[in-house]
Amino acid sequence: MGIGLRQFAPGHRTCAGCGSAIVFRHVLEALGDDVIICQATGCMEVTTTPYPETSFKVPWIHVVFENAASVATGVKRALKAQGNNHTRVVAMGGDGGMIDIGFGAVSGALERGEDIIIIVYDTEAYSNTGLQRSGGTPFGASTTTSPAGKKIPGKQEWKKNIAMIAVMHRAKYVATANPAFWADLQAKVRKAYEMEGGTRLIHIYSPCPIGWHVDPSKTIKVAKLAVETGLWMLYEVEEGKLKINYKPKEFKPVEEYFKLQGRFKHLLGRKDIIEMVERHVREHWEMMEKVEKEGIDLPKLV
Amino acid sequence: MPKTKDLPGGIIIDVGSTARNKTGSWRTFRPVVDLEKCTGCGICEKFCPEGCITIKKVKGYDKPKCTIDYDYCKGCLICMEECPFKAISSVVESK
Repeated sequence: MGIGLRQFAPGHRTCAGCGSAIVFRHVLEALGDDVIICQATGCMEVTTTPYPETSFKVPWIHVVFENAASVATGVKRALKAQGNNHTRVVAMGGDGGMIDIGFGAVSGALERGEDIIIIVYDTEAYSNTGLQRSGGTPFGASTTTSPAGKKIPGKQEWKKNIAMIAVMHRAKYVATANPAFWADLQAKVRKAYEMEGGTRLIHIYSPCPIGWHVDPSKTIKVAKLAVETGLWMLYEVEEGKLKINYKPKEFKPVEEYFKLQGRFKHLLGRKDIIEMVERHVREHWEMMEKVEKEGIDLPKLV
Repeated sequence: MPKTKDLPGGIIIDVGSTARNKTGSWRTFRPVVDLEKCTGCGICEKFCPEGCITIKKVKGYDKPKCTIDYDYCKGCLICMEECPFKAISSVVESK
């Protein structure tokens, strides 16, 4: 049987080459059968559950953008009241649902240390509604609400880092993952599954070929390049201690990553911007490696 | 057993029922596996968004091979792009 098919049936309406669908198959495979999923509105809700059909074979509830984490909190507490301590409750949502609109609920759950798993599949824009910019959209990306024009080359703000925000909430376990590194992704989801007490958050890179103007066959290529250029760092933070899981021997040029994607097309040849992004990446890595080496307890910073 | 349409509040009890929607009809390009080149490594299986690739026993070969379920394959060709042995090629889909 294919990966995740025990939990997640085919026939869903995701676009050809959908990165989120790959992410979901691995996440669901790693979670297994004893879970309840509370899913915020988004691509993976719309495409998987056109009434009266559902792709899910595990208990699943659709909630609005704002409150996936709150509903998961309620479900978990109800289970505990019934004496069920084994079923894991997972709040799932995209960058729109978890980083922007539902952020208050995510922050609240993290702060209260709810015994739930939060999965953020980050397509770096509101893919479901036609690629509007979100807090997850990276610097320079052209979206329908941050279009690249003569004066402004795409989004002018940096990506909101939900993983580090969760760390600062003293979350029990925080990790970032990428579908091109699927074994790492599954191991992290499994680790979060096996933990008890405290909130676990996993932030997963999730390429969107239609929105990013990437050839559908290049989904995984782009995902891999995101890691190899250093733009997407694979790390985990357990009880405040950072561990970087993968360090590219040599960072690939960011331009290679931009070249594959229409959303960065306007930046090709813009040496000033590319250099700035590369400097940003370098500085981020230097800082994170220092934190790892010195064993800095991150939540103590706040 | 009640039926989904008789239940209130959008409850769906037919688990995995999107399977009745054969997305194979979306396909423009059809991935074709060269069984001689395929080693059955399973990389294509890991990266298929639909989960329509399985590595299983194929007639005439000892080792398990890549098998594509064309009922659901949308023709994204990630499998072709990611195959390290160039065992998958594409042809334009025709009826």
